Amino acid sequence: MTENSDFSTPTSHLSSMADIESQSAPRSASEVPTASASQARQRSTAPAASASPARLAPRIARFLRRYAIFLILAALILFFQSREPAFLRINNLLSVLQSVAVVALLGIGVTVTLAVDGFDLSVGSMAAFTLMLTSYAMVVLQFNAAQTVALALLSGAIIGLLNGLLIVWLRIPDLLATLGTMFLLAGLQLIPSAGRSITVGLNLPDGSVATGSFDPAFLALGRSKLWDSVPLPVVIVALLACLFWFLMERTRWGRVFYAVGGNETAAYLAGAAVKRYRILAYVISATLAALGGIFVAARVGRGDVFAGSSLLLDSVAAALIGFAVLNQRRANVVGTAVGAVFVGIVLNGLTMLNVPYYTQDFVKGLVLVGALALTFGIGRGRR
Amino acid sequence: MPASSHHDIPSLQLVDVSKAYGSIRVLDQARISVRRGEVVALMGANGAGKSTLAKIAAGVIEPDNGQIFVAGKEVRLASPRMARQHGIVIVHQSTNELGAPGLSVAENLVLDDLCAGTFGALAGKRKIEQRAKTVAAGIGFELELERDFGELGPAHRQLVAIARAVATKAAILILDEPTASLSAAEAARLFSVVDRLRGLGVGILYISHRLEDIRRLADRIVVLRNGQIVANQVRPLDLTAAIKAMIGRDLDTSRTPGTPGSPRTPETECADSVSGLPDVASLSLDDGAKSRVLPVLSLRQVRLRPGTPRFDLAVAPGEVLAITGALGSGKSRLLGAVFGLTLIAEGEIRLLNRPWRPRGPREAIAAGVFMAGEDRWRSSLLPPITPGADIAGTIALPHRRRWFPFGFVHQSREQVAAEQSIRTLGIRCRNGRDTLDLLSGGNQQKVVIARWQAAPYRLLLLDEPFQGVDVGARRDLIKAIREARQDSATLVATSDVEEALEVADVVAVMRNHTVARLYDLRTGDAASFLTAISAVEHDEALDAERADPV
Repeated sequence: MTENSDFSTPTSHLSSMADIESQSAPRSASEVPTASASQARQRSTAPAASASPARLAPRIARFLRRYAIFLILAALILFFQSREPAFLRINNLLSVLQSVAVVALLGIGVTVTLAVDGFDLSVGSMAAFTLMLTSYAMVVLQFNAAQTVALALLSGAIIGLLNGLLIVWLRIPDLLATLGTMFLLAGLQLIPSAGRSITVGLNLPDGSVATGSFDPAFLALGRSKLWDSVPLPVVIVALLACLFWFLMERTRWGRVFYAVGGNETAAYLAGAAVKRYRILAYVISATLAALGGIFVAARVGRGDVFAGSSLLLDSVAAALIGFAVLNQRRANVVGTAVGAVFVGIVLNGLTMLNVPYYTQDFVKGLVLVGALALTFGIGRGRR
Repeated sequence: MPASSHHDIPSLQLVDVSKAYGSIRVLDQARISVRRGEVVALMGANGAGKSTLAKIAAGVIEPDNGQIFVAGKEVRLASPRMARQHGIVIVHQSTNELGAPGLSVAENLVLDDLCAGTFGALAGKRKIEQRAKTVAAGIGFELELERDFGELGPAHRQLVAIARAVATKAAILILDEPTASLSAAEAARLFSVVDRLRGLGVGILYISHRLEDIRRLADRIVVLRNGQIVANQVRPLDLTAAIKAMIGRDLDTSRTPGTPGSPRTPETECADSVSGLPDVASLSLDDGAKSRVLPVLSLRQVRLRPGTPRFDLAVAPGEVLAITGALGSGKSRLLGAVFGLTLIAEGEIRLLNRPWRPRGPREAIAAGVFMAGEDRWRSSLLPPITPGADIAGTIALPHRRRWFPFGFVHQSREQVAAEQSIRTLGIRCRNGRDTLDLLSGGNQQKVVIARWQAAPYRLLLLDEPFQGVDVGARRDLIKAIREARQDSATLVATSDVEEALEVADVVAVMRNHTVARLYDLRTGDAASFLTAISAVEHDEALDAERADPV
């Protein structure tokens, strides 16, 4: 819907606009130029013609729908900057990015599952589980960094596969299946350490003391900075975002992901391996969540039981806000990344203005509802 | 409805109704009236404004200006609910809007009662069933009441919706392409329902492309073209004049059943090499086979379902075979078996003389066996907001491996294919980036056919390809199907006998999951065609007597 010129109404209703098309029907030379025929010609040249006042309003509306999130973001930045001059400092902006990198990563996973018309509720738990798993692997099992990362990503892929199989084979509805996995992982992460956070020198249930420690190379994943300023996770997440944008928007595999989500029957009849793509979407989402958990673990440096509790809602919010970006009205990687940054900037700005922390969730909710209203409400104003 | 004794006051009257979207006028001062007990046929080519007019009358959309009178009183129909309160009920063309999947047929039949709250607080299963039976009896169809509505095919969905509308004792019933997905037998029963309603004084606005319907039913014909009323006939009807008014030119009658063996023009535009597909010429003929030409597809002693009779069928290269028969006679199942959607119970299917057992569409497509399913929005098209839901993306989807071998979607590659399809089939659109919802039904269907003709194929399976398609678009589609490559074959399943005779070289009549008769239209003379037609209709009538829905 990006290039609709003069009737920009995003028509989800199939036939209401169907009749319009026919106005270009009388094109044969023998056709007597009737009123409607001349209108048809007018329409075909409309994009080139200068905008008459009557046509300006829908154009403005379309512009607003496409760029509303960016406009609001710019307004917010100006507002925060006017109140707190430190806001636009590069270090502050980088800290915003650092804080949203994991959210964006999980959001991309959610985006891929949303693209196949699914939903992964277990990403937050997956990240938290990975945090505990990596800590346990290093502190108790004395794995090194490479082994730990490999174990974490592998476990992510396996959990994703489990999600996918539950949904595709057992036909459990996606929300319920991943809700189940969410609880499963949230509970599982507590068992090895008997419900305690994992730190160096952890007392094990059998009375002994764990002798391992966090591998410095592992901690570097979350703490090192490129060019002394850009946190490594931000760079990796940015690269992954580009990769997944390319995958989802520019390759035939991306087309199939979206086709499966749009109309599963049609995708199947067009020769798509529907089940494989469905499962793959959950594998991708859980693996990305595991990577997110690695970043959190590397930054925090301890297996905190309560870390990552807000990751699910934040990443889902980012993906949903992404619907409104550029008026896409579907899950998309760029939108998700923008959505994550948006939430990060709002929270950072409010923190700098000393707004109490306990209002954060309320503000996030406000942002999400506003973005969704923008996407689904205003976009369908004209019918 | 209070019986108005004034026969000259129309039950429904639209006066100078206009509707525009942006700068495009969809309806231009249209006037139409429907009287008590009158069937008004509304004709018009693709997107002439028929659906818009119907939706205005049904309160789905409001006109920009103009007046609406119900029984002589001016009213405002701001919503379908208001229209219903005035006794106007519409049965939509789109099969998605006909009922609620997830509920049973019985629950759907009494949905209006349930929603209006007139059913009473307790809606027990038996009470619903009893009420549903009366509703179903109103149109004389036997429906499987406990089945899920979502499992029904388009024809049965439509029947449920019509039964519902009839049950509300509407004064005006608007039927939007009601027979588009019905078999001849079911259509005949629908006609008797319409007749009965007419006798009860219901005014009916009947939107259809099908001349047979109009000939049979219409008391009056109103023709729309480009949003304007261009003809308004009373009986005796002159259908030829109506068609001329509708499309603004004479019908091309170059290919009718009366001109058999018309020379084929080999399709040269589709210049892709048939790489990867087995070559016909290189295959040796069946040793001592009865036919000289190796069939593209042959079915030997096939039993489609356990307990149904066996049959043989063969399709030669360059041949168009139409399979006709009532709904549930096994047409779709036969196509599905060839495409790898279902398994046959017994027998063997051979593709180019090799055993053919595809495990699914993927394998079938890779081997050059393509299928366009019925009900395009369910089987072929993606919602408009999906990436790749435009014309170019729709066409490219099944050919993505071949066209984008490295994964990267070449926008220009699919655009070229789209533009070629737009030219070849005369798809009316702005460009290949238009989403399908912007096109009218006939043009949507052209995109679906174009998708499967965009790459070389061995066998093309088309299930009800003319569903909801007007005369002009149908002719374009038939031309495209008939101009297919010489070494490929096409199988068309249609419940419409006229369509079958128009498109096919050979017509196979199916009944009870078996091919009952074959008519080769190329070898017979005009007289035997007529016999064939009447014989086909006779078969249909037999089917109707058996009345075995799916």
